Amino acid sequence: MVRIDKKWELRLYVAGKTPKSVTALSNLKKYCEEHLKGQYRIEIIDLLEKPQLAEGDQILAIPTLVRKVPEPIRKIIGDLSNEEKVLVGLNIRPA
Amino acid sequence: MSKSQKQKEPVQYGTLPKALTGITGLDEITGGGLPYGRPSLICGEAGSGKTLMSIEFIVRGAVQYNEAGVFVAFEEKSDELAMNVASLGFDLKKLQAEKKIRIDHVHIDRSEIEETGEYDLEGLFIRLGYAIDSIGAKRVVLDTLENLFSGLNNQAVLRTELRRLFSWLKQKGVTAIITGERGEGSLTRQGLEEYVSDCVILLDNRVVNQITTRRLRVIKYRGSVHGTNEYPFLIDEDGISVLPVTSLKMANKVSTERISTGVPALDDMLGGKGLYRGGSVLVSGTAGTGKTSLAASFANEVCNRKEKCVYFAMEESPNQIIRNIRSIGIDLQKHVDSGLLYFNASRPNLYGLEMHLVAMHKCIKKYRPSVVVIDPITNFINIGSVSEVKNMLVRMIDFLQEEQISVMFTALSLNTIINEQTDEGVSSLVDAWILVRDIEFNGERNRGLYVMKSRGMKHSNQVREFIITGKGLQLVDVYLGPEGILTGSAREQQMLLEQTGEAIRSNAVTRKDREIVRKRKVLEAKIASLHTEFESVEEELNKVYLEEELKKEILRKNREEVIRIRKGETEENVQKPKTSRKK
Repeated sequence: MVRIDKKWELRLYVAGKTPKSVTALSNLKKYCEEHLKGQYRIEIIDLLEKPQLAEGDQILAIPTLVRKVPEPIRKIIGDLSNEEKVLVGLNIRPA
Repeated sequence: MSKSQKQKEPVQYGTLPKALTGITGLDEITGGGLPYGRPSLICGEAGSGKTLMSIEFIVRGAVQYNEAGVFVAFEEKSDELAMNVASLGFDLKKLQAEKKIRIDHVHIDRSEIEETGEYDLEGLFIRLGYAIDSIGAKRVVLDTLENLFSGLNNQAVLRTELRRLFSWLKQKGVTAIITGERGEGSLTRQGLEEYVSDCVILLDNRVVNQITTRRLRVIKYRGSVHGTNEYPFLIDEDGISVLPVTSLKMANKVSTERISTGVPALDDMLGGKGLYRGGSVLVSGTAGTGKTSLAASFANEVCNRKEKCVYFAMEESPNQIIRNIRSIGIDLQKHVDSGLLYFNASRPNLYGLEMHLVAMHKCIKKYRPSVVVIDPITNFINIGSVSEVKNMLVRMIDFLQEEQISVMFTALSLNTIINEQTDEGVSSLVDAWILVRDIEFNGERNRGLYVMKSRGMKHSNQVREFIITGKGLQLVDVYLGPEGILTGSAREQQMLLEQTGEAIRSNAVTRKDREIVRKRKVLEAKIASLHTEFESVEEELNKVYLEEELKKEILRKNREEVIRIRKGETEENVQKPKTSRKK
């Protein structure tokens, strides 16, 4: 059920420590630990510190989770409160 | 716009600062541009020119007013955008390299975005903020915000964020343009932008009678007066030009200078000097009466004076006109080559009336001619009603008068009701009206020309015959004979007839002269013969007389002889005189 043959590279864009960002990060960590243990890497980018990075990944909404690897790039916006949607969105669990 | 308002301005306190757009005409309508440091909305349907107007705002700001600008494109990629506006002479790449503008392409692909839970658009704000700060932008364009709504689901968040965006832009102090697609029954799809913007401009692309006219209207402008009408605008190789409808103040300067029409005889008919400079003249007539020839000879005359002329050809192409006019001995090509004559050929139904006006306006502003020819105005009726055409021409004449430019219109009059109305409609506007008409008589068609009206000058009331020759245009007096008005070959015939009469008469005279000579000769001959007769009679008479004398002499001699013999003189005495006599 869980594919473990790939390395997961995730990037979470936030803007400061807003409640939404904090929620999103804790949710993400929870899901990854559950489903991708040991195969993932989460990079957190604070756009308040590095605004120039927003353009590269076409970031509009905050928080945005970007799946860089595996391809293709997928984006999930919001506080990631819906586990089902996140897992489908990241293609961890087939829809 | 008026003087009194201009004088008041310094007294007013806290007037709204404005950012000039640099777009021809738009700054006049808005009284100085868009509200400075505030967001404005440009809305309209697809293809109405929203993107172009906003990019022109950015580019002109960067080039003309030294205000850097950020263009956030939700629809087109930076390269596409650069290519699209390159045709207008905007070099986006160069401006980007010079850090005068920055183009940020915001790509939203619904298929790769999943929404879960709460979010906001802080990312967009940060991006925008970064873009603005990186080049110190004073101008921002967001084109088109609708894409946000189609890319994201949570409308409630979007609406809130949109409001926040507007106030954030204000806070940033940038002059912003937000473009929006027109919704049904409201100015924008969301029905939100128009309320939070300080200035709303509606662009419209309307098709009437299969002809499209772009129009622009300032719907709202907080804290400022603005033109409220719909203004036609034009998109061409120089970008957007908006035509503010000139206020018909009727306070134009007038000139008393006169200019020749190019046909000396016509000048004679117009008080001997021609038309007033800055005046308008209508040449109307039926098909093939030489209206274009008159117009061309007017243009030729202007160019010969080394003045500029713009010829709006609405029916024939420039080359056609040049070729045709060459046949009457006028070479327009040399004026075209020398840059004095500029042909602007366009079909009337190319675009709407307003657009024609804008295009002509632009062309005239560019070339600054002293004379304009519009040949013919008739076909405008195809693209507008009589009153619309009249309205357009009023504005045209008004504009030309203001610029002190003379104008010659030609109009085709058919014998239909509509066109007679056009004639009337225009004829009341123009300063002079020359009518060329056919005179059909004696199985042929000739041209007659007369001056219907000519304001402010004494003009001829005569009908002249108008002849187009290989050497130009000529006017001749029509022949007024016992049989009425004669033109063309009838006139020639009558003239020939008169010549014949003359010849016959003069022939008769010479015959009489010869008769007299002959009579005199006869008489002289008679006199001569009488003379000789008289001589012979005289001789006869003389003969008798001589004989008489001779007889007398002989008698005398005889008597002397007798006397001498009686005296008995000697032979010797007598002999001496005898010998002497013999000698």
